[in-house]
Amino acid sequence: MTTSAVAHRVTRTAILLALMLFAIVPLLSMFTTALAAPGSTPQGLSWPSDPHWNNFVDAWSAANFLALFRSSTLIVLGVVPATVAMATAAGYALAQLNVPFGKAIYGLLLVGLTLPFEALITPLYYDLQSMGLLGTRLAIVLPLIGLLMPFGVFWMRAHFLGAEQALTEAAKVDGANTWQTFRRIHLPLATSAWSALAVLFFLASWNQYLLPLVLVDDPTKRTVAGGLGAFQGQYGTDIVLLCAGSLLIILPSLVIFLIFQRNFVKALMQGAVK
Amino acid sequence: MRSISSPPVMRQASPMAEPSSASAPTQTVVPCRTTRRARHWRALLWVAPGFGMYAVFVLFPMLQSVQYSFYDWDGIGPATPAGLDNWKAIFTQPELLHSVEHAFILIIFYTVLPVGLGLVAASLIRELRPGAFSTTARVVLFIPQVLPLVAAGIAWTWMYSSDGLVNEVLRAVGLDQHTRAWLGDFTFALPAVGVIGVWVMLGFCTVLLLAGIGKIDPALYEAARLDGAGRISEFFAVTLPGLRRELVVCTTFTMIAALASFDVIQIATQGGPGYQTMVPGVEIYRLTFLQQHVGQASALAVFLAALVLVVIWPIQRLGREK
Repeated sequence: MTTSAVAHRVTRTAILLALMLFAIVPLLSMFTTALAAPGSTPQGLSWPSDPHWNNFVDAWSAANFLALFRSSTLIVLGVVPATVAMATAAGYALAQLNVPFGKAIYGLLLVGLTLPFEALITPLYYDLQSMGLLGTRLAIVLPLIGLLMPFGVFWMRAHFLGAEQALTEAAKVDGANTWQTFRRIHLPLATSAWSALAVLFFLASWNQYLLPLVLVDDPTKRTVAGGLGAFQGQYGTDIVLLCAGSLLIILPSLVIFLIFQRNFVKALMQGAVK
Repeated sequence: MRSISSPPVMRQASPMAEPSSASAPTQTVVPCRTTRRARHWRALLWVAPGFGMYAVFVLFPMLQSVQYSFYDWDGIGPATPAGLDNWKAIFTQPELLHSVEHAFILIIFYTVLPVGLGLVAASLIRELRPGAFSTTARVVLFIPQVLPLVAAGIAWTWMYSSDGLVNEVLRAVGLDQHTRAWLGDFTFALPAVGVIGVWVMLGFCTVLLLAGIGKIDPALYEAARLDGAGRISEFFAVTLPGLRRELVVCTTFTMIAALASFDVIQIATQGGPGYQTMVPGVEIYRLTFLQQHVGQASALAVFLAALVLVVIWPIQRLGREK
């Protein structure tokens, strides 16, 4: 019994370690490659005898990362607060208020939940062209708000459906109007829901690739992911520089994830399963 | 379970109701009714901004796609009606048909394998005592999910290249004759791209399933133990049925990602070699922006959107049962 228990523990650890290795090895391979001599073609995973940390600096200036980060930040600031606010309001109304045509509105939004971005990219291109927005950051921001909306409303509605009904009643008895009930009671209680949504939307905007690729030619007006795509096109053969650049671009997403890791995963569970 | 703040009377208020002043049926209720009806319509204001953005940038373009799909248009000159030609092409032109086939093959890699491996990983992590190892396992497995897919594409393009790690490992264990440029190989390019999907989705599935396991009543596990159930029968009797909803969420999310994949393939292979890894998402992009076949691209786009709905619908129903 004990030997089989030990055997089980060993297999368990071995399987988990193998899966973790699978998850992390491509990133490690990128890292060691990024430290190799510039212009060389190193082996897949080997610690360079003399690590060239300077490659990160070279990649930083080669891809004009400062402009790229600034652009991404502007896009995120344009998308995330607006989308979270609109989705929170709509989600609250659809869950707690008696919205005329509420069922139909929610039904239409649910269709958008499964709609692939590629299915819309062609008409979006011509629409934004006729609006004169092609090539500007607004060409990324505005469609992204619309595209993220179904998930946001779905997420916030699920939260507000679970909100304590007695609180609404109590507020009403105290003479609070709809706005006051929302602002003073339900919004503070929804902090974990909308902040998790904000993190998800941050990642979705920061990592967005298709919209910038198609709608904005100038890489310095794109998201970092879009810029990374352009960088790959330009430096695809210089694997060392490409790996260094990619790692720089991954870093913010990674840091955000590690900081919010606990809340993030918890909120994801709550929201996803409702 | 549905909660509404207004009293039940208001629920059946017909949206098409006559103007409120005329509708006052009886004496005493009048003032109350008008304010309530006004409040009822005011609820639309809460929904309007979000729904407006959605209508302008999602619903309207979707309808345009449907319209474009019946025309022959190069994006600049006049469009000529094309009847059902663009739609017929999806089922008759091999390259379009193959792209749809590939999307379905990718489901094996994006959905079946991550959900399967995720179940294994989650059951194993559950047995661990909470501590550094179980937290590390969760975080490390989840990392690929938060990175831009573009970065995943670049990392794996390097892994699969002639000098990359995959070939290095094969050489190290003496399998030199099996080394190749994986993404340029007619047979292996699609599975190779698929493995990137496994890499991205595994952590998402593991973490979600793990959370689901955490919600299963521990008494059920104890009961199974008392009945003399082994680890395997315990898994099928307790864990699997308890994870129904999480499995539905995982399957839905990953299937959409498989059918609508774009980023990874555009970066890693751009559909090549030949059309071996072409998927609808990349094909739509190429048709519109490289070949100027806007009508054909739109037909494929509408088809893809419908396909996703048709595939997802039964799974959602499955989750709602009971």
